Amino acid sequence: MDITVNILLTVATAATPLLIAAIGELVVERSGVLNLGVEGMMIMGAVGGFGAGYLTGSPWIGLLAAIAMGALFSLLFAIMTLSLATNQVATGLSLTLLGLGLSGMMGTNFVGQPGQRLPNLDIPGLTSIPVVGRLLFGQDPIFYISIALTAAVMWFLFKTRKGLTLRSIGDSHSSAHALGIQVIRYRYLSVVFGGACAGLAGGHLSLVYTPQWVENMTAGRGWIALALVVFASWRPWRVLAGAYIFGAVWIGQLHAQAFGIPVPSQMLSSLPYLATIVVLVLISRNKRLTMMNTPASLGQPFVPDR
Amino acid sequence: MSANQDGANLLEVRGLTKVFGTLTACDHVDLNIARGEIHALLGENGAGKSTLVKMLFGSLEPNSGEIFWNGQAVRITSPGVAKKLGIGMVFQHFSLFEALTAAENIALSLDDGSPIGTIAAKARALSYSYGLPLDPESLVGDLSVGERQRIEIIRCLLQTPQLVILDEPTSVLTPQEADKLFETLERLRAEGKSILYISHRLEEVKRICDRATVLRHGKVVGHCNPRKETAASLARMMVGNEVQAVVRAPAEGIETAPSLLEIRALTRKPATPFSIPLRNINLNVRAGEVIGIAGVAGNGQGEFFESVSGEVLQHDAASVRIRGKDAGGLTITGRRLMGAAFVPEERLGHGAAPRMKLSENLLLSRHATDGKVFVGAGGMVKGGAIYSAAQRIINAMDVRKSAPDPEAAALSGGNLQKFIVGRELDRRPDVMVVNQPTWGVDAGAAAHIRQALIELARSGSAVLVISQDLDELFEISDAIAVMHNGELSKPLPIAEATFERIGLLMGGAEPGHAEHTLETA
Repeated sequence: MDITVNILLTVATAATPLLIAAIGELVVERSGVLNLGVEGMMIMGAVGGFGAGYLTGSPWIGLLAAIAMGALFSLLFAIMTLSLATNQVATGLSLTLLGLGLSGMMGTNFVGQPGQRLPNLDIPGLTSIPVVGRLLFGQDPIFYISIALTAAVMWFLFKTRKGLTLRSIGDSHSSAHALGIQVIRYRYLSVVFGGACAGLAGGHLSLVYTPQWVENMTAGRGWIALALVVFASWRPWRVLAGAYIFGAVWIGQLHAQAFGIPVPSQMLSSLPYLATIVVLVLISRNKRLTMMNTPASLGQPFVPDR
Repeated sequence: MSANQDGANLLEVRGLTKVFGTLTACDHVDLNIARGEIHALLGENGAGKSTLVKMLFGSLEPNSGEIFWNGQAVRITSPGVAKKLGIGMVFQHFSLFEALTAAENIALSLDDGSPIGTIAAKARALSYSYGLPLDPESLVGDLSVGERQRIEIIRCLLQTPQLVILDEPTSVLTPQEADKLFETLERLRAEGKSILYISHRLEEVKRICDRATVLRHGKVVGHCNPRKETAASLARMMVGNEVQAVVRAPAEGIETAPSLLEIRALTRKPATPFSIPLRNINLNVRAGEVIGIAGVAGNGQGEFFESVSGEVLQHDAASVRIRGKDAGGLTITGRRLMGAAFVPEERLGHGAAPRMKLSENLLLSRHATDGKVFVGAGGMVKGGAIYSAAQRIINAMDVRKSAPDPEAAALSGGNLQKFIVGRELDRRPDVMVVNQPTWGVDAGAAAHIRQALIELARSGSAVLVISQDLDELFEISDAIAVMHNGELSKPLPIAEATFERIGLLMGGAEPGHAEHTLETA
């Protein structure tokens, strides 16, 4: 029983950064912008969060620093692609490369240092309930943020007028512009929101998952988050489900390796990516659903002719 | 503001100028629109009509000039500002979101925060009161072009504008749908609203407009009362000189001539969720005749052209037969080698590679069919032969250009279309299939292209023309078939065809289309 709970807890911990980064990217892509720099923003959040926590001694300041770092870094992307209308794919890729390099440089003095860890929730009386107590009331604060964030994004996109406006921009930015909607402003806010989420996801890695700084510690999670958004066909609740499936596969392959299952470890490590491909093929079969949810202007630079 | 309410014009434009690079799209344009009038803005394609209204709606910024609204000088810096002033616009190319419902589309253009349900109810009530029934819950991607236009109009009216701008509103409507639109416009005029009506269809303008301003090459060349003019005199003002009438010699002995293009039970599933399936299409085009295919845009014409030209292959090879042989399984090149030629609707990127020279574009479409002429031993291209062939086409079709062998994108739309049609005509094909031959082409060039198509047919070829322009089809066709919802009617000989009959067919009035008749009636 205890083992099951422990495995479930580790799955949640593995899924949380994927969920947060993917929910942020979902909002960005719903507004019609493709930011491939998730990995870069995430690692910047990780190094910023670790550094601030280490220097101030407070993991909470570290958390805020991670969010701010991701947002700030995404602002660079926003200025390039939205104000200067550069190619989004190229800019996103270079953002990732820049983030990986810059974080390595910023983190040279942090390597091997003990970090700060965000404390798990501990509510007397509730957390000690057998089995469900630790699952529901004993996790790290970012886990709760990730669930609340998913619900909030779902509500915003599909229940509010601002959300409708955001989706319409993703569907056709020129039509939105013709209606007098401020396309660029909405996209700026979306991109920065996505950056803040990626930063928070990075902060989770260096403040909760493994409270230390290791170069390249995001290990491709940013790319999985990107795939998750497509996997979920741009719908928040599917991102939640997808993140947990990926988290489970991730943890599962670790356990499988630990138990010495005679399958090459590389094979197991590639499972999450294999799962992505299979699911993408499956969902693309329902063309109508895909077309209705895919932001049609995704990745196209918007330049209003004046 | 109230002091200026009566007497003064609702909108006054003085000296409005817009320059794009070296082209002056609008050159000191003056325009006055009074309250409660339908004002026509006339001009050929490229005369500057769209540029002018985009400046009035705030999507383009003028280089110089002034705009007065109710006598006050205003700067319309964005569509949002235009909406606040009370200017509404119904776009030529719809500004709707396909993945959203009609009600959501309408909600997006309203600034108040009322819930979607309320907006849907309001839209439904307003649409019925104007006789433009609308289902607010339906997904825009599933709607016909006429229904989409209703959404645009209702959306515009819900903002209670003083001035409604309509950009070529009838180009996508059947004649009957257009009648319905005119009733709506007359009602709006009776309510004291002003309408700026942009069109190049002169009969419509004569019918509903009170005044007209005529643009040519970005300049205002005249004002008139269209009711006192004839279509010919309006055309003269627009074009600047007389337009040569197209001559169609009677076709003789067609009944006994062989069928060069046969379509047999052509059926195709929809390629995307929002596209139209083709349903059991049958058609014969004989040597010596021109058959026209009419229809409201988006009823399967594009899908039909793709299937006939070989951009999409058929499972049933016998569904397309060229000169008596099965061609359904062949690619475009295969069908060209059988003597067919195709001109697609989209000029840039489809009919021609924009950044390549005209001579290179010629080689691209004809290296297979005229291999011996253009390609020598070892696959080396014969530059001289291609260049002189390109010049021959340019001269034959009177293509106007700025350099001896310019890039395709450097030509104006009309001139590029002349070149593309000329490139196919130059081969003297036995079968010619053309989609929208004169879309966006000025009247002089259009007449030239139409005449060339008739002459090709009379010299013994089979010509199939798909067009949204009914006037054009009546001018050149020996028989007209109508495409509606992926089905093709029987061709109606031109002697029996009238605008009304064709219009009814375009709305779906034929056995088997009963359910659609109700919608459009």
